[in-house]
Amino acid sequence: MSSLGRRHRVLPGFGITLGFTIFYLSIIVLIPLSTLFIKTATLTWNEFYHTISSARVVAAFKLSFAASVIAASVNTVFGLLIAWILVRYRFPFRRLIDGLVDLPFALPTAVAGIALTALYSPNGWFGKFFEAHGVKVAYTPLGVVVALTFIGLPFVVRTVQPILAELPPENEEASACLGAGRLKTFWNVILPELKPALWTGFALAFARALGEYGSVVFISGNIQYKTEIMPLLIMGKLDQFEYASATAIAVVMLLVSFLVLLFINLINWRTHRRMATR
Amino acid sequence: MGASIGSLTRPATAEKTGATTEPWAIRWLLILVGLAFLSLFLFVPLALVFASAFEKGIAPYWASITEPDTLSAIRLTLITAGITVPLNIFFGLTAAWAITKFEFRGKNLLITLIDLPFSVSPVISGMIFVLLFGAQGLMGNWLMDHDIKIIFTPIAIVLATLFVTFPFVARELIPLMQAQGKEEEEAAMTMGAGGFRTFCKITLPNIKWGLLYGVILCNARAMGEFGAVSVVSGHIAGLTNTMPLQIEILYNEYSKNQSVPAFAVASLLAFLAILTLIAKGLVEWRARSTGQTA
Repeated sequence: MSSLGRRHRVLPGFGITLGFTIFYLSIIVLIPLSTLFIKTATLTWNEFYHTISSARVVAAFKLSFAASVIAASVNTVFGLLIAWILVRYRFPFRRLIDGLVDLPFALPTAVAGIALTALYSPNGWFGKFFEAHGVKVAYTPLGVVVALTFIGLPFVVRTVQPILAELPPENEEASACLGAGRLKTFWNVILPELKPALWTGFALAFARALGEYGSVVFISGNIQYKTEIMPLLIMGKLDQFEYASATAIAVVMLLVSFLVLLFINLINWRTHRRMATR
Repeated sequence: MGASIGSLTRPATAEKTGATTEPWAIRWLLILVGLAFLSLFLFVPLALVFASAFEKGIAPYWASITEPDTLSAIRLTLITAGITVPLNIFFGLTAAWAITKFEFRGKNLLITLIDLPFSVSPVISGMIFVLLFGAQGLMGNWLMDHDIKIIFTPIAIVLATLFVTFPFVARELIPLMQAQGKEEEEAAMTMGAGGFRTFCKITLPNIKWGLLYGVILCNARAMGEFGAVSVVSGHIAGLTNTMPLQIEILYNEYSKNQSVPAFAVASLLAFLAILTLIAKGLVEWRARSTGQTA
């Protein structure tokens, strides 16, 4: 027994490193996060329901949800396209462009926010063009979608890219030998293999979009009932010291993000199982 | 979430030929559509930051970034990153050591909890510290009695930044050290090296590129965080404004006729983002050539 214990503990520092990890995790993450649930517990069910069903909250939730779904869908289509050209084709500055795809991760959201707003506002470089065709982007729900598309872009590209690069060429060769055209091969042979990665990328982009604040506040214009997203509503409630309502809204948002996380884990679990049975 | 934020695994690219690639015209059409999309959403906004910053020339640019409130925002951002990054490095190393070198119950739960801050909205990340330390917060009365202020001070900014950057280093090191196993360290220990010596001579050289990668991403987020910091800062000019918050104030003050000050500060952060991407690319390349990929 003791020799077994010794064998497992050749390396030192188990107690102190695990102890510090749990201590630091508790102080920085767990205790602050738990306040959310302690605060919610002080609300009665009626108060909670009243807060989250008020017209302004429902409008904000609808906008956040719809804009995030649209942005994540746009990212799924174009993310696949960008991953495809980066993996399969050769063109000038390919490596540079590949590196720049991560820009939304590296660029502070406030910088992205003011840049997109200046660009898409009625007298901006792109805004002028859209305005001439009668389309307003900045200070409309469309502007929210633009900002959310910006911040979600790398997720799909980076989840699809490795899978696409490792697809065995034999499948496509077989498909071509059997007489299928490229489009048919893509649709029936390549796309099914990419599906889990595409769904994961979609879910990651969606989750990020739902909570996004910095890049959206500037371009949305924050018009109540019209361009007010959930995180902005929380900010407004906090400014007016309505901590209870802010907490209720935050809990709903957190629940949605956890559902998305669960969804991603489910995809991964199913993919692993399918791989294992092959 | 953020599975793709910190991953050193990058695909090796292989060119296809013959029946398994597309006709020349289709290929270029797809490339052009992809590049047009990237320009619309990434390249042009980035270019606009610098174009707007230098719109009126060098002098107004320089005047904007040497303005006292802006200088103090730069100082606070550097201090915040200077505190949070080392703390997260220390935490990342200890957590990765405990998780990858020993077997214990609840390990997977611990890994999940470490990743938790990535799935919390920035605004909520700031709000939880208001709920804890704010005037009406759980500890509000106690703090008031002892005359301690946390919310609307730089301490709150550091705490909120610690929360949002918490997973960066650890999530990079855990898979890397898991893949490397513990045989080398055990060999060093049985040959009589001390624990600390083993860590410095064996573990650290093995993980240095992965560690650096996590630090680069952690630093970028620490300097650029906006939502979480915005909630706890109180926006006191010269005192609790970080660079991103200063950008917001400058942008809202001047937005209609004068955009140089906001974009001048933004250009500094955009430059940092470019440096981050370059450093990230170099580290990925080094890590691949030394086989240090998780």
